[in-house]
Amino acid sequence: MSLIAFRGITRVYGQGDARVSALAGIDLDVASGEFVAFMGPSGSGKSTALNVMGCLDRPTAGSYTFRSLEVTDLVDQERARLRRAWIGFVFQGFHLLPRSTAVENVELPLVYRGISAARRRELAEHMLDEVGLADRRHHLPSALSGGQQQRVAIARALVTEPQLLLADEPTGNLDTARSEEIIALLARVNREHGQTIVMVTHEPDMAEHAHRIVHFRDGRIESEQRTGRTP
Amino acid sequence: MITTLGEALRMALAQLRRNWSRTLLTSLGIAVGVGALVAIVGIGQGASRSIEQDLASMGSNLVSVEAGTGGGPQAHVSAPPFQDRDIESIRRQVPHLSGVAPMASSSVTTHYAGLTWSTSVTGSSPDWLGVAGWTLASGRALEDGEARSGAAVCVLGETVRENLFGDLDPLGARIRLGDADCTVIGVLAAKGENTMGMDQDDLVWAPVRFVQRRLLGTTGVDRILLSVDDAANTDEVLLSLDAVIRELRHVRSDATVDFQIRDTREMAEHVGGITTVLTGLLGAVAAVSLFVGGIGIMNVMLVSVGERTHEIGIRMAVGALQGDVMAQFLVESATLSALGGLAGVALGVAVTAVGATVLEVPFVVVPAAVIGAVVVSAGLGVMFGWMPARRAARLEPIDALRAP
Ligand SMILES: Nc1ncnc2c1ncn2[C@@H]1O[C@H](COP(=O)(O)OP(=O)(O)OP(=O)(O)O)[C@@H](O)[C@H]1O
Ligand SMILES: [Mg+2]
Repeated sequence: MSLIAFRGITRVYGQGDARVSALAGIDLDVASGEFVAFMGPSGSGKSTALNVMGCLDRPTAGSYTFRSLEVTDLVDQERARLRRAWIGFVFQGFHLLPRSTAVENVELPLVYRGISAARRRELAEHMLDEVGLADRRHHLPSALSGGQQQRVAIARALVTEPQLLLADEPTGNLDTARSEEIIALLARVNREHGQTIVMVTHEPDMAEHAHRIVHFRDGRIESEQRTGRTP
Repeated sequence: MITTLGEALRMALAQLRRNWSRTLLTSLGIAVGVGALVAIVGIGQGASRSIEQDLASMGSNLVSVEAGTGGGPQAHVSAPPFQDRDIESIRRQVPHLSGVAPMASSSVTTHYAGLTWSTSVTGSSPDWLGVAGWTLASGRALEDGEARSGAAVCVLGETVRENLFGDLDPLGARIRLGDADCTVIGVLAAKGENTMGMDQDDLVWAPVRFVQRRLLGTTGVDRILLSVDDAANTDEVLLSLDAVIRELRHVRSDATVDFQIRDTREMAEHVGGITTVLTGLLGAVAAVSLFVGGIGIMNVMLVSVGERTHEIGIRMAVGALQGDVMAQFLVESATLSALGGLAGVALGVAVTAVGATVLEVPFVVVPAAVIGAVVVSAGLGVMFGWMPARRAARLEPIDALRAP
């Protein structure tokens, strides 16, 4: 059974001459436990597709079912609950709280899940260890390098063990060695916990870790290919 | 909503500390309004307590009867005074009276051993002591026999004693009272000043007949003070008094009367009415300033929501529900406002203390007003924070995330 089903998903920005079809009719299924990589040129709609999947953005037209639930019918509050219950994000632009330390940023999703302060700290510190930032817990984002900020963002996404992890270029700012570590971490949570992952990447090496690669062009899916790995 | 109130409070305090100068200025608006309210209620309470004390020191359940209808001096001249037999009739016919004191007053200059003091003399009956609520500090009061005969005896108020005798013992001394002499038989216990700042102890008490014959050269009095045995009987006394005096003065029931009856309750209502109106007016001004303070909070919260749009987007993306965002901003504005309220209470109590000293009224802090002020200001924060908080909660996550 597919976790996610996009049918004719369209997302149009702007009006008149400034009208842009970021997504121009996408049909896509993602099975539970699958690890999918999105590739494609800049502006081809990968991030937009991820935002719609994560219930952060609403499609202009089309149908989106998440676990047989028609998401386009949901009100804001229901979408927020769905997001809280199932989804973790790693954003292209990190989106860390600038005045909170690394560990506080990682704790943030747990605050909204009613987890006690002590347990939050424990889980957040453990997750920072996993991404190799044990010694940077109490640094503000501004005191971290781009790659370190990216790893804080990954730790924040993983700390809730979401059933669906949406990662927008999670290794975009990392060197090869770090990239390998992070991708190995993602592959591990996918394999061991069965967490479904949809990841955007520009690097074919990284995409090779996924089960399937989806190629975007001009807001459409150009082609799909299997990597030979299976869930 | 999943965040606890404690969590929201922690976030609010952190945020307010970060923008401490903005916090200070915004809460100042509330502080001024709350301070004004607390001070007004405090001073108002002090004033009415002081008026109550005044009324109590005038004597309790007091009724006064005056010849004439007040107003101009002509009214007094044309209205005949009350004679001894009138007073006797009142004493006999009006029920529930615990004392009847005819009042003949005159300003006099007193002399003793080369010292002079200008004061007023109150000629009255022995009942006056109880009716007007006095006690004796030393010596004795007038006796019935002395009152009837108009004996040359007098009782001094504390101020007069102080000025004529200082450290000397006044009892038994003969002092000069205008054109007459009298023997001091007692001293009244001091009452101090009343609310208007008048020295109540600056007087001499002597038999009414003595004052009439030796100082005024009249018979009869223009004013009678009466005390009622129980406040519950006041209305009955007023009615009966009116009937008896009409009868004595041959006033037909439909004609206008040439006398006036008043009771302390009426005076209290009059004075109390004035303070209530004043307190109400000042309270309205304070309420307006609270409202302005509330608008200030709303303004600052709107700015804050605008500045933190990106933060709100992040919180929503990682799992905050609308209620969580709403709670965060509401708790923040309530805390901001309550901090202002606390500062306002401190300010108000300080102003009350100073005001009480300057106006010479008792210093009263009403606990309910203090607690109420803090609760009301927190409520004000919720009220004026509502719109900005709702605006934050209704942001579309993707738009909020794209904000700078
Ligand atoms: N808020 C927006 N308003 C207008 N146009 C937008 C907006 N967001 C995205 N677009 C447009 O939609 C198209 C798809 O954008 P999207 O961010 O999905 O691309 P992408 O594939 O993620 O690119 P990249 O690899 O550079 O991240 C682009 O042409 C972009 O200009
Ligand atoms: Mg993108």
